[in-house]
Amino acid sequence: MTEKPGAAAAAAEGGALPGEPLLRVRGLHVWIEGSHILQGVDLAVPASGVTALLGRNGVGKTTAVKAVLGLVPRTGEVLLEGRDITARPTHEITASGVGYVPEDRGVFNGLTVAENLRLAERPRGRPRYGLVHELFPELRKRAGQAAGTLSGGQQQMLAIGRALLNENRLLVVDEPTKGLAPRVVAEVADAVARAAAGVPVLLVEQNLALVRRVADEAVVLDAGRVVHTGPAAELLEDAERTRELLGVSRAHNAEEGEGR
Amino acid sequence: MSTVVLLLATGLGLGALYFLIASGLSLIFGLMDVLNFAHGAFLTVGGYAAWWASVHLPFAAGGGWGFLGAVAFGTAAGTAAAFLVELLAIRPLYGRHREQILVTVGLSLAVPALVQGIWGADPLTFPRPDIARGTVGVLGAAVPRDRLLLVAVAAAVLGGLLLFVRRTRYGLIVRAGVEDRAMVTALGIDVRKAFTLVFAIGGAAASLAGALGGLYFGVVTPTQGVSLLIFAFIVVVIGGTASITGCALASVAVAMIQQFANYYTVAGLGDIAVVAVLAAVLLTRQGGLTTRTAERVA
Amino acid sequence: MDTPQSTAAAPAGGAAPAVGGAEEAAPRTPAGAPADGPPGAEGTRRRRIPRWAVPAAAVVLLALLPFSTLPVPGVFEGPLNSPATLQLLATCLVFAGLATSYDLLYGRLGLLSFGHALYFASGAYFAALLMELLRLPLAAAAPLAVAGGTLLALLLGAVSLRVSGIALAMVTLAFAQAGSILVVRDPGRATGGEEGLSLEADLVPDALVGVFNTANLYWLAAAYAVLAAGAVWWLDSTPTGRVWRGIRANERRVAVLGLNPYPYKLAAFTVAGGLASLGGVAYLVVSGGVTPVVTTAEFTLTLLVMVALGGAGTRWGPVLGAVLYTYLDHRLLDVAASDGFERLPAAVQAPLSQPLFILGMLFVAMVYFFPGGLAALPARIGAAVARRRRRGPPPD
Ligand SMILES: Nc1ncnc2c1ncn2[C@@H]1O[C@H](COP(=O)(O)OP(=O)(O)OP(=O)(O)O)[C@@H](O)[C@H]1O
Ligand SMILES: [Mg+2]
Repeated sequence: MTEKPGAAAAAAEGGALPGEPLLRVRGLHVWIEGSHILQGVDLAVPASGVTALLGRNGVGKTTAVKAVLGLVPRTGEVLLEGRDITARPTHEITASGVGYVPEDRGVFNGLTVAENLRLAERPRGRPRYGLVHELFPELRKRAGQAAGTLSGGQQQMLAIGRALLNENRLLVVDEPTKGLAPRVVAEVADAVARAAAGVPVLLVEQNLALVRRVADEAVVLDAGRVVHTGPAAELLEDAERTRELLGVSRAHNAEEGEGR
Repeated sequence: MSTVVLLLATGLGLGALYFLIASGLSLIFGLMDVLNFAHGAFLTVGGYAAWWASVHLPFAAGGGWGFLGAVAFGTAAGTAAAFLVELLAIRPLYGRHREQILVTVGLSLAVPALVQGIWGADPLTFPRPDIARGTVGVLGAAVPRDRLLLVAVAAAVLGGLLLFVRRTRYGLIVRAGVEDRAMVTALGIDVRKAFTLVFAIGGAAASLAGALGGLYFGVVTPTQGVSLLIFAFIVVVIGGTASITGCALASVAVAMIQQFANYYTVAGLGDIAVVAVLAAVLLTRQGGLTTRTAERVA
Repeated sequence: MDTPQSTAAAPAGGAAPAVGGAEEAAPRTPAGAPADGPPGAEGTRRRRIPRWAVPAAAVVLLALLPFSTLPVPGVFEGPLNSPATLQLLATCLVFAGLATSYDLLYGRLGLLSFGHALYFASGAYFAALLMELLRLPLAAAAPLAVAGGTLLALLLGAVSLRVSGIALAMVTLAFAQAGSILVVRDPGRATGGEEGLSLEADLVPDALVGVFNTANLYWLAAAYAVLAAGAVWWLDSTPTGRVWRGIRANERRVAVLGLNPYPYKLAAFTVAGGLASLGGVAYLVVSGGVTPVVTTAEFTLTLLVMVALGGAGTRWGPVLGAVLYTYLDHRLLDVAASDGFERLPAAVQAPLSQPLFILGMLFVAMVYFFPGGLAALPARIGAAVARRRRRGPPPD
């Protein structure tokens, strides 16, 4: 699990130069129903480690992630390993090696656990069922159960497992611990940490304890703009700055954010 | 008793027709959010192509196997039409549901008009094969064979669709896509291929209904598709888009209400009773088609 | 973050109703230039011409047209004031008013109703039935028929609008279909079945009977069109109209602001239904009768085609679309009946003999190439010219 498939692939294709970020976003704008939700976002995800995308509720983190994947109409520039993917349709972007765990988990309720995983298989890929079942033994046990009847935590495991099924160049995870009990949070956090050892991750997260544990870099959004970029540890050490940017003390953060 | 049996058989036959039309509509609507007004046009194409083949093509003439040839030809023509419509008219408007509906509206007006321009507005007599002639005694009632044939075909189509949806990868994509299209694309799957496939399957079922509807009604007319389509829409609303079995049950229910009310009250009241049922279903049921589509397409 | 838009603000999108499913919309420019902004915006754009000038000129032109003997070769068979031309123009104007009433739902509120034919047919059939069965004069039958049609719209609207989106389309379609079946089945031999009903000439004022009086029919139709368009435009400028636009842009946001969208939608549905039944009465008088054709789903679909052809949600779009559609519908039939037509090869003749085929395909092409309809053309042409200019004159 120490090799970096993303970096290896990039080197093989001669895509990204050394030091060039894996994902680069420039001047990203999103309008939804007349509201200017992203107002020129610039960010970069390095070719290894976890980049945390932080910010208060409703600042546009989910929108930014969706815009990267082409799930919402946007303008600007999105480069993956130096190649412009802005005009590519979503399925081409993700099939080229991007795993995505959406905020609402996006599991298919009417499909069984096994079918949910099978759907994620890629035509020429080698699905890593071994890895997924090792991380989440529950998914093997409940293979025949309809995903809609899983608990929230189990659904989150399914969503993460589905994203880990393929070898990816980038993993995009949106608030994996949202609405989960502390014990499940720990389990999910372990999984994210394990995954991050193998592939660069763009992680949206409100749980600062998890961010502290796994994140290398931090990007903070506010009102549709990037207001801070830098090493994650440095930011979190500065309690004053953290409170100023994220608007929450760590104690407060234990509660679930409202407003969605 | 024999009247009831006959009504049941006729209702089942009509329900079979509704199912053939509504199953495709419901798949298309469930997956793509396209209310396909052109579906009636596929029916017209199927009916006229089958009729044309029975008159002009040697392998499709005659009362025995020739009929099979005619139906196969009609279905193939309708499938091809549906495939082309999706590829040339629907796909370029991907993600723009209103425009997609408008295009199918345009086609639903143009295609029957074209058919009428070529073959005239008058009903054309449809060839009747030997196996669909005469009646079979069922519980003392003389049930026309064509009804039974229709039911058998619809049952086969139901079985085939269930196999497709449950056992194939595209079926998996369709089921997932009905729930959440965006997430399917986010898994790296090109749903547009599934759209084309589903559109073609729907067109195949509808044109099969067109060819067999010629049997049921004895004639084909350019506007046959439209009136059947409206009842198929009603079936889709009542049955929802979640399951094909639900669609089959709703087809039979709608046809039965129609048949029995038409027979035991005034002719025409059955059709209106179905509308009343639709209104009742829409107003009492929460969730299902009603709320979901309200959010997606409003 | 932008300040949240109030309902009063116009939708940012173009003329076409907002399309759902942003999840997968292809990347597009976020806000298309409004083809026809709210009246206020228009006023500031062209300050030199007062806002009422164009409609007023149009009304005067409409009113004076029957006095003109101007021949328009190629466009009309006879001079402008010949009975045939006036009759065609009258039909065009009835449909212009009807399309405007449909656009109130489709273009201005974004409601997908597929049952508008029902209210038009109600007006026509109620009036014809009142005259036939009760021997009421037209002057008495007309208001009763309009009241009946409006009431029907209120009742069915109250039921239908409990659902929205495609479900609304289906219920309205189904209600209209029930009406259509009822008319065709001819209960009690009252509606005349497929034959329809013809206007009882002795119950109609003399001024509206006979070929000499075609101009009066024309004026009647023109009055209806002006009334329908005027009513819709006026309502659009009222506070209610602003809520309607808010509903089209984002119904949930209207609800969040504490307004219940339902009564606003029902009001629009009722007004549109009432205007349509008035149009039905006008149609009955202008064409001297009514047939079940106007009850069918196809008829509603042609209304949709007219509106989309002209430009949904715009001032002039529905009027232009309806006039163009109705005109082509009639003229294409004339062309198919002309002498030279029979000499065409059969493969060309068959499709060309069917106006509906040509109009349907024209409409499909329109959806692709001119999404905003006719009303958006000037803006599109303007933009194209501006783009040309920027690139400089083409080299010789
Ligand atoms: N489909 C939509 N329609 C209208 N507004 C939207 C839509 N999607 C997002 N928004 C708005 O865009 C803003 C950003 O939303 P987004 O979901 O990106 O926030 P977020 O940073 O992920 O918040 P959270 O931490 O609560 O998940 C919010 O104000 C939200 O209300
Ligand atoms: Mg979010």
